[in-house]
Amino acid sequence: MDTQYPPIVNGASQYDLDSGKYVRVWQGPQHPGVTGNMSLELDICGDQVVWCKTHVGYLHRGFEKLMERRRYINCFPIVCRICVPEPDTNEYLFAAAVEDLLGIEVPEKAKWLRTLNLELSRLGSFLMWIGGQSGAFGMGTVAQWSITFRDYVLDLFEELSGARVYHMYMIPGGVRGDLPDGWKGRTLELMTRVEKLLDEIRHVMLNNAIFKQRSVGLGIVTADMVDRFGVVGPVARGSGMKRDVRKDSPYLIYDQLDFEAVTEDGCDAYARTLVRWREMYQSIELIRQILDRMPTEGEVHLKLPNVLHLKVPAGETYVRAESTRGEYGYYMCSDGSAFPRKVTVRGPSYCHAMSLLEHLIVGVNIADVHGLMLSLHTYPPEIER
Amino acid sequence: MNLRDILSPFYVWKRAFEKPYSINTLSAPRPGAPRYRGFHKNDLDKCIGCGTCAEICQNATIDMVPVREAKDGDSGLRPRVDYGRCCWCALCVDICPSGSLTMSNAYTWVEEGLDLDVRETYCYIPGHDPKPWDNEELGYQRPEGYELLDLKRIPMPHLHPEERLGSFIEMVKGYSRELAIMEADRCIQCGICTATCPAHMNIPSYIKAVREDNIAEGLRILYDTNPLPGVCGRICTRRCEDVCALSHRGEAISIRWLKRYLTDCVEAKDYTRILEQEVTPTGKNVAIIGSGAGGLSAAYYLRRMGYEVNIYEQNGAAGGALRYGIPEYRLPYDKLDKDVDFITSLGVNIHYNTKVGHDINFDAIYEKHDAVFISTGLFEPYHIGVQGDDLPMVISGLKVLADVTNQVPIELGNHVIVVGGGNVAMDAARTSRRLGSEVTVLYRRRLEDMPADKEEIDEAMEEGVRFIFQAVPTGIEALSDGKARFIYSLAEMVDQGDGKRPQPIPISGSRETLDTDTVISAIGQGMNFNWMDGEAFAKIKFGKWSLEADRWGQTSDTKVFIGGDMFNRTADAITAIADGHRSARAIDKVLSGS
Repeated sequence: MDTQYPPIVNGASQYDLDSGKYVRVWQGPQHPGVTGNMSLELDICGDQVVWCKTHVGYLHRGFEKLMERRRYINCFPIVCRICVPEPDTNEYLFAAAVEDLLGIEVPEKAKWLRTLNLELSRLGSFLMWIGGQSGAFGMGTVAQWSITFRDYVLDLFEELSGARVYHMYMIPGGVRGDLPDGWKGRTLELMTRVEKLLDEIRHVMLNNAIFKQRSVGLGIVTADMVDRFGVVGPVARGSGMKRDVRKDSPYLIYDQLDFEAVTEDGCDAYARTLVRWREMYQSIELIRQILDRMPTEGEVHLKLPNVLHLKVPAGETYVRAESTRGEYGYYMCSDGSAFPRKVTVRGPSYCHAMSLLEHLIVGVNIADVHGLMLSLHTYPPEIER
Repeated sequence: MNLRDILSPFYVWKRAFEKPYSINTLSAPRPGAPRYRGFHKNDLDKCIGCGTCAEICQNATIDMVPVREAKDGDSGLRPRVDYGRCCWCALCVDICPSGSLTMSNAYTWVEEGLDLDVRETYCYIPGHDPKPWDNEELGYQRPEGYELLDLKRIPMPHLHPEERLGSFIEMVKGYSRELAIMEADRCIQCGICTATCPAHMNIPSYIKAVREDNIAEGLRILYDTNPLPGVCGRICTRRCEDVCALSHRGEAISIRWLKRYLTDCVEAKDYTRILEQEVTPTGKNVAIIGSGAGGLSAAYYLRRMGYEVNIYEQNGAAGGALRYGIPEYRLPYDKLDKDVDFITSLGVNIHYNTKVGHDINFDAIYEKHDAVFISTGLFEPYHIGVQGDDLPMVISGLKVLADVTNQVPIELGNHVIVVGGGNVAMDAARTSRRLGSEVTVLYRRRLEDMPADKEEIDEAMEEGVRFIFQAVPTGIEALSDGKARFIYSLAEMVDQGDGKRPQPIPISGSRETLDTDTVISAIGQGMNFNWMDGEAFAKIKFGKWSLEADRWGQTSDTKVFIGGDMFNRTADAITAIADGHRSARAIDKVLSGS
């Protein structure tokens, strides 16, 4: 059979859109299969993608620029909006960067509460993702279950922080308040139920012939591509790379917790699904460890200088943490004034959704595009901060 | 792929027998979590309208709108929240200095009126506009152990009480640069203090200058409204601190000490350079009688406006009650001189040892000047009003204080009784302690009724002054050895109803005695009218206890103004300074005809 791909001349595909053989379609920004408000400009030949361009900008709210004109305390309610499904990584990293520049260390108990918060939000974010991943292959049922359970996680967040989505809990200096009464018990109970759900998901999704057929071999990211494309997180771990910021450069109290980075060798969408599915168990286990070992007494917030005119000493810092999508970084530069001179957010979705996706998508059946995107787990707001 | 993978998904059917997860929120509304950040609630009585919520809000959600009558410590404004902008971060709740602002745990808000402007349907004033969640207890409040404000004051270093007793050295050591900046950093710059300060000093701005280490700018701000900042930085009655927003949940900013810090940072010789200002002479002149706080303040501002100013002072040095009524350990003379010298350096003439009515005639002054400002203060002490209050060992507190200033040797003996509960009584008692006497203060009412500054009472106690409360003097008898027997009866406080001050009524049959060497009476002082005669005064209307004047201090004679203790009821330095400034502006208005 003749190749469906157009001829390559000087490294670029050569084809004539007017030939009638190719169609240019836009997927998104309003499309249920696209992760958030981004769009893919696809040239397809039959039902195979021959070329892709990722377009973002539909969600641009200019957070990095906004922060340059806001006092540090007023940046705090902004940063969580950079990633809607998992805002806590942003909260933590912003607070950690400010604390680093101020040269302060948060109280021990605040570190435990922050870690707990981060793990719980990882779980919530993964539950949302697994719904999307299964939905992309036509299995909406799993999405109904997992989104429900994400809501139960949000209930816990509501009790802990006072909000379901934008928790605004990790403030520079520590956290806003201790655990509410009975929260620990309710959390442990939910963890048991989530575990049961994950067991069931194994039956209906991971052991599903259709899911396997469509995801195995989809979007191969080989180990040598990891560094070339800047691949991080579960995508890298799905290619057998043992990379996890929580292990490689432990922050908060991750060095006191007992866990191993999860890896799979499949290099494809199925392996990445497995990694994330196993990491949900890992998060549950970490939450249990934290609740079990967390100090009951102690300060949760360190007294800062007056936040209304807090000036941060001149300097720059880069802090990083592991989010559900991988390594997340905050670069912050202060000129000694009351406003951050520059804050740059390094979201893992940038390389996953831009360069890597454009590369992997070539040759993929158009029906599998969503599954591929979701297996890279991208959140557009962190591409366009 | 194997058979298991084909059969496994059918596992999902098991779930068909489970109860649905969804809940019907319409028929059974699910309440928000106890900490849920819902719509705002505000305790209007607790709220002081400081506007810190609006200040910290990053979305400009909160407007401060007039709801109540403004009064001291309450701007009368209350926050109005625009829910088209709010992001429910609750920083406003966290930083609220009075703790009045909280949030309910309400999820929904349904308002009728789709045809209305969104400003009416999206915005409301929590606590003022009734909402269903007003009385709900649950909802977000500032959590325990988390505080954005710094509620603890930086302690001011003091001399130890025993060190104090040996001398008249200033007991307050003053803030260092680091401490001053830390203290200034606590300020939230709400400006509630400015409204309360009689002179309406721009307190938030000069505290900001301290914080930013811009001393020159701070000094300029001080002199905008107060030409005696070095004095007020030590002895001000600081009503600003009473109303400080931070005092509601913690300790007020040390506004007075920060003012003192600013003036202490600048040497006298630098004042001229920092406060340089171009003055256009008007060719007119103003006489000022009395060089106390009011007179000096009027003189400074009139001079800045281009008038020639002559002050007539009966004593050999300027300052009035500041010099002769306040002991050196609270206000060292060199600090007073620093402020006075700067005013005289601008070209203000002070005629010392010139008592009007004695050395110079008031009519002559009246003729020679385009306007006259009288601020002679209260320097006639009241008598105790019991038999024996004219004995030689009964002296007035004012005289003791003036004698110490004039370095007249005084012999008080081993034991001194001070009668009174005001600041003069405290000053006299503590001065007597420094002169080596045991001191007992007798006061008619209770400790909490004492008009003296709380700080002065505490410090007097630290220095070993004994207090007898609810003691009404009934007589003083001379004893043979030159001592006196002070007779008093204990009293009980009788409620007068209607929020009136309870009165001390002597318990019948109670008779207590205390032998002493000296009795110092410090029960208040009044005006001296003796010098006010002549043609000019014949035309001026007198009121019940002073000259009649309008709120600008202008008497019935349009070119005569009064100010200071003879004009206001609070009788403190800062009000006198405010009077002087206000009358200076009024005189300028009259003389320039604008």
